[in-house]
Amino acid sequence: MAFLDIQHLEKSFGPTRVVKDFNLDIEKGEFVSFLGPSGCGKTTVLRMVAGFEAPTSGAIRIDGREVTGLAANRRNIGMVFQSYALFPNLTVAENIGFGLKVAGEGKAAIARRVGEMLDLIGLPQLEGRYPFQLSGGQQQRVALARALAPRPQVLLLDEPLSALDAKVRISLRDEIRRIQRDLGITAIFVTHDQEEALSISDRVVVMHQGVADQVGTPFEIYNRPATRFVAQFVGTLNLLDADVLDATTGKVRLGGVPVALDQPLEGRPGERISLAMRPESVELGRSDCDRVVLSGEIAAVHFLGSVIRIKVAVAGQFVSLDTFNQPDRPPPSVGTTVEVSLPHRDLLVLAA
Amino acid sequence: MRERRLWSWLAVALGGLYFLLPLVGMVDFSMRMQRDGYSFEAYRIVLADPQFQQTLGYSVVLALLTIVLGILLIVPTAYFVRLRFPGLRPVVEFLTLLPLVIPPIVIVFGYIRIYNTSSVLPLTGSWWGTNLLLLFGYATLSLPYMYRSVDTGLRTIDVGSLTEAAQSLGSGWTRILAVVILPNVLVSVLSGAFLTFAIVIGEYVFAALLNVGSFGPYMVWMGGNRAYEPSALAVVAFAITWACMALIQLVTRFSKFSTVRR
Repeated sequence: MAFLDIQHLEKSFGPTRVVKDFNLDIEKGEFVSFLGPSGCGKTTVLRMVAGFEAPTSGAIRIDGREVTGLAANRRNIGMVFQSYALFPNLTVAENIGFGLKVAGEGKAAIARRVGEMLDLIGLPQLEGRYPFQLSGGQQQRVALARALAPRPQVLLLDEPLSALDAKVRISLRDEIRRIQRDLGITAIFVTHDQEEALSISDRVVVMHQGVADQVGTPFEIYNRPATRFVAQFVGTLNLLDADVLDATTGKVRLGGVPVALDQPLEGRPGERISLAMRPESVELGRSDCDRVVLSGEIAAVHFLGSVIRIKVAVAGQFVSLDTFNQPDRPPPSVGTTVEVSLPHRDLLVLAA
Repeated sequence: MRERRLWSWLAVALGGLYFLLPLVGMVDFSMRMQRDGYSFEAYRIVLADPQFQQTLGYSVVLALLTIVLGILLIVPTAYFVRLRFPGLRPVVEFLTLLPLVIPPIVIVFGYIRIYNTSSVLPLTGSWWGTNLLLLFGYATLSLPYMYRSVDTGLRTIDVGSLTEAAQSLGSGWTRILAVVILPNVLVSVLSGAFLTFAIVIGEYVFAALLNVGSFGPYMVWMGGNRAYEPSALAVVAFAITWACMALIQLVTRFSKFSTVRR
């Protein structure tokens, strides 16, 4: 049995169903991210696990114990908030020791644990400061230490990096993952930032309109998206319309060129389907013979530093492709006629 | 430009005179008890009067009890309204404003009618009952100030997240209110408390109609029977009120932590 077991979880606010039949098993020590746009229900699921919202139906079990009806303060769950939620009237040390004090631990034990936590987050010199004297990144580190101090069974992180600037976000994200690994704690991380979710998770749950569209490793989610939404939401995607020529052999016409997809299709001849591919799998110019070659005109060039994203107009549609920056080769100019090659085996056929 | 500034100064000066002249007159009069010049004789008599000490002491104790009752009543109410029933806020605001709309004399007459000696709950029949009634009455009078102060304080903190953070760390409601919420709105609570203090110290209508010997009726009695002492008493009462206002400023400025960026 999984360590954290969520079964048929539903939540409605009035007539609106915000979470629909949500099921998830999380193993002990696993780091799982809930990824999705605003309003997809990811935070609501997290809040139900924390005990801040009561599910309309369904069950939540932690380590075999049913906690669905248990009050939030009796679940032994650590929570990190987007707004840090540090107690403004308490010092850093008092904030971190708060949960231990509530649990009735002695002064010496609290002081020892607070010291450990301060070392863990790398801020041992700040124990006497008040939250308003700390930067955003420091406050969130303290909030993480506060959540971890009472040794919770599960750590919940509700968009903990959203209020921070880009550099701090990346360093803190790595630190959260390091600390989670070191302590071996089961964690759920809610975010709307796909890069964040893909970079630190063991598994990602992509949520859409209250439903878990796909649960998988970051590699699976990115390379084999299960639904059109997942494909479009995670990473950048080229979507090209193609006409079915022969559904059984998987032949389609793409930009005037017949392409064999090596997979049977649904649809009748002449029907229009969508083919998807990542920008990094498209190449500029002809490569080996195993690829589909289309010719078009460069519509836009975006220099992003290490990567150059080029948009090519092909038979009335646009294909984006990424090439690495090479100092001795300037990017092509807009209006140039070029050939692009697509890997026909990696083309994803998306359901409408 | 210069002319405009002159008019501004003139307006300020006129306003200042309007407020200051009566005070200056009062202080001046209070110090003329002895015919041969200024003295603090009236103050000496007032401060040495055992009745002054007794009534002021009584009012101070009552004011402190009113503040405690107000905090116990208002902080949880304002907190839960903000956290759980935000839709009720206009209703609660209206209710807490009622003591400003309904004159105290109406309230106290209502009390006397409901709690007289021939009623089911004859509070006016005993010393304890009367004092309790006065305490409740003063807590009612302080509602507009207390509620607004506490609610303003709650607005400056993220009540929802702080509550949830404390809950996730194992806290129950009592601890959340006492350790997390109250200390963070303490400055606001104290502002409300000092206003309450100032109101209770000088209150007359409730005390007189419930026949309680507090500072308000004592000041009125003094005003009707003496010449110079009432002015001295008024100056003392003003000083107490101003001390309260100064304390509000001090507490606000020198609080150890702040949710507002300095």
